[in-house]
Amino acid sequence: MAKRLIDLVNVTKKFNDVTVLHNISLYINKNEFLTLLGPSGCGKTTTLRIIAGFEYPTKGDLLFDGESILNLPPYKRRVNTVFQRYALFPHLNVADNIAFGLRIKKMRENVIKEKVEGMLKLVNLKGFEKRPVSSLSGGQQQRIAIARALVNEPEVLLLDEPLGALDLKLRKEMQIELKNMQQKLGITFVYVTHDQEEALTMSDTIAVMNNGVIGQIGAPEDIYNEPKNAFIADFIGESNIIEGIMREDYLAEFAGAKFKCVDAGFGQMSGVDVVIRPEDIKITNESEGQLKGTVLNTTFKGVHYEMLVQAAGFVWKIHSTKMSKPGENVGLFIGPDEIHIMKKDAKPEGEVLNEE
Amino acid sequence: MRRFVKRLYLALILLFLYAPIFVLMVYSFNVSKSRGNWGGFTFGWYAELFRDRQIMQALWNTIVLAVLSAVIATFLGTASAIGINAMKKLPKRVILGINNLPVLNPDIVTGVSLMILFIFAFNMIGRGGLGFTTILLAHITFNIPYVILSVLPKLKQLDKNMYEAALDLGATPAAAFFKVILPEITPAIVSGMILAFTLSIDDFIISFFTTGAGVSNLSIIIYSMARRGVNPKINALSTLIFAVVMILLYLVNRMDSEKLKH
Repeated sequence: MAKRLIDLVNVTKKFNDVTVLHNISLYINKNEFLTLLGPSGCGKTTTLRIIAGFEYPTKGDLLFDGESILNLPPYKRRVNTVFQRYALFPHLNVADNIAFGLRIKKMRENVIKEKVEGMLKLVNLKGFEKRPVSSLSGGQQQRIAIARALVNEPEVLLLDEPLGALDLKLRKEMQIELKNMQQKLGITFVYVTHDQEEALTMSDTIAVMNNGVIGQIGAPEDIYNEPKNAFIADFIGESNIIEGIMREDYLAEFAGAKFKCVDAGFGQMSGVDVVIRPEDIKITNESEGQLKGTVLNTTFKGVHYEMLVQAAGFVWKIHSTKMSKPGENVGLFIGPDEIHIMKKDAKPEGEVLNEE
Repeated sequence: MRRFVKRLYLALILLFLYAPIFVLMVYSFNVSKSRGNWGGFTFGWYAELFRDRQIMQALWNTIVLAVLSAVIATFLGTASAIGINAMKKLPKRVILGINNLPVLNPDIVTGVSLMILFIFAFNMIGRGGLGFTTILLAHITFNIPYVILSVLPKLKQLDKNMYEAALDLGATPAAAFFKVILPEITPAIVSGMILAFTLSIDDFIISFFTTGAGVSNLSIIIYSMARRGVNPKINALSTLIFAVVMILLYLVNRMDSEKLKH
């Protein structure tokens, strides 16, 4: 049974009159890699800053190991942060940056030296001790920032979009390195990002946030395959989202055709959102498809082709390793497993109101 | 041709700017007491200058005044700059406006109003008079805005997360300030202090109105001597002051350019 390390209980945060967090509750287990994922301004960084102690929630509580740490200042919390822009100390060299926390704790210099060396080895920057931090590349500064936090042996490491400033290749490498580090050291990671791929690659658990609320919490596979609403489906990977009707259990109607599906319990003739991933639509001969359409546009994406197909009054985004030429008439086939049915958002849309 | 015109123009400007000082410097080495003719080269006026006890006392006053006012203004100004930097937008703009006002205010207004304030205060408490304390207070007053203007841009440049990073690594707010913020802004503090120091040495008008009997700095001495007819000792003294200010300004500029390099 996993042990709960951090508990956010009904946390609300307002800046002046703007509410950035609406009554969120979230727990983080020991040794878990949890990612707060969402678009900018969704409240993910604020959540992280509350855990670090830089923001005080307007309402709610924050428990660490079952005890409230709301009134504990940041320098007494057993968490360390890796900042988005690293926030290294420019007047100190690499070794002194990493040793900063240890010197505050008045550790003996020979112990400090040993620990700093160990950390530099961990982040693959051996021999960089005396270098000024301004002479390092973004990726190297990033590693120093991670080393500076980890050397204090925190129970939780908080990372605020730490890879945001790096180029794609370096980012991918660092994702794997970070994940390996986390598993090796057995430290709880709370990771903030707006990059869904990053979240899917690294996390044990993803909490998708939007407009100050947590939309869904779950394992990456669950969130990808069973998004709870259209926003999450759209945010986590690319999707085709269309309005449809559940005729009855296991039978959906959308785009002017009926489809067998694996969802039930929405009631008869109820309006729903249908989500289909681009890689889940198969292109067939025109006669064999459930829908008939014309290819509008084909783009080579490296691993696959992305094709936009006009069919039944809707433009479908389709990923396939086989290319269809623009102008070609094709059929589309969607298997029952590939259709994800979601309840419409509770909030009525403006269009619906106008119709009434 | 165009290059020649450009250079001529520059040369003319420099001539206008520095001709008076140059003439003064040359005459400080002139044997003849009259300003009209050149009587030969001498260091005599410098020697006489250093034998003049009144001038040496004024020099001492000037240096003590400059050091004390610069150091105190640097403390107060740096603390204010940190406070201003942490303010919200609107109050920050108001305070900065208030800060800039004395900088733009004519010295004579600052000097007279400080004098009136001091005399008013002395009347209130029923004792005391203008003297070293008042001139020191006046110098601190006009130096503070310059220190703030020097330190504030550097504070604005700082990564906001740096202070938080220090707290995060276990430093108390005080430790975070002394170990992280202060080392980062030290160059700006030092250049602010040197600026304050030169402004204090430079000042005549405010000093003239806020000092009392028996306490004179160099500029006041020079003024009173010049009224009795210009003594070449003054040329020597002015040359020395110019040289000191030059050196300090050079140091400040070099620090600024080093800051730019980073």
